[in-house]
Amino acid sequence: MAFDSLAAFLTMGGYAKYVWPAWGLAVLIIAGFTLWARFERRQLLQRLKRRQRRETRTS
Amino acid sequence: MWTFWHKLGSPKWSYAICGRLQPIFWIAALLLLPIGSFWSLAISPPDYQMGDSYRIIYVHVPAAILAQSVFVAMALASAVFLIWKIKVADMAASVMAPFGAAMTLLGLFSGSLWGVPTWGTWWTWDARLTSMLIQLFLYIGVIALRGAFGGSDQGAKAVAVLTLVGVVNIPIIKYSVVWWNTLHQPATFNLTERPAMPASMWMPLLLMVLGFYCFFIALTLFRLRNELIRRESRARWVQELAG
Repeated sequence: MAFDSLAAFLTMGGYAKYVWPAWGLAVLIIAGFTLWARFERRQLLQRLKRRQRRETRTS
Repeated sequence: MWTFWHKLGSPKWSYAICGRLQPIFWIAALLLLPIGSFWSLAISPPDYQMGDSYRIIYVHVPAAILAQSVFVAMALASAVFLIWKIKVADMAASVMAPFGAAMTLLGLFSGSLWGVPTWGTWWTWDARLTSMLIQLFLYIGVIALRGAFGGSDQGAKAVAVLTLVGVVNIPIIKYSVVWWNTLHQPATFNLTERPAMPASMWMPLLLMVLGFYCFFIALTLFRLRNELIRRESRARWVQELAG
């Protein structure tokens, strides 16, 4: 372990304001893309189902 | 061999293969990224000169590597699309672009944050930084051009050509630190020499780079399936998917 306590870890040896935003954006990108891709899939399948229902009703 | 290529080119097969390969890469990313992050942030020792600010390297280097690899992958897919007219290749190139742009942005952002305590400035017109900024504009250009054409065949061709022209920037980024020896330091990793840092520092960096790669592959397979559903929504196999 490089740090003695959680507080020391969060302070990052005085570099907290540089280290955490860089890591924050990385987490945001990874999580954001995952959620976006899943949302995209759900929406596409829903749209497909709606169209199928519409078409079976009219035919 | 040829039948394999043709099958891979068929949307239904591509969809199935992507689905088969996907779990391996999601699981690998899910293991590598948390372990790599914990190791990078809490276990690896502080740098003797930069202190704990050097921990930015663990997102900066993977982002910069991916920013370039993603564009090379897009260029390869574009070449396959132009030569063999395989539409799945064009779809692959299109789903990769936003993540590549995000990685370029992350590389620039984390580099700026790192520059303040180490170089005393968040931006300078150094060759590496400038070529990376151009890379971001290339990604934006590719995405915007596709949007402007509204999904037509002509548009797909134009995007592929722009991607192949834009790929010349990749060797410029790579050798910028050699050709113009300004501020940015040379590469941390290469294939022929041992890294100039102890294993306790480069091991977590390697995990992070691999983790970013696995995430990129998993995300691409997932979004390629989305794109296949979107573009082939009239095909029978897609209809059965929703039913």
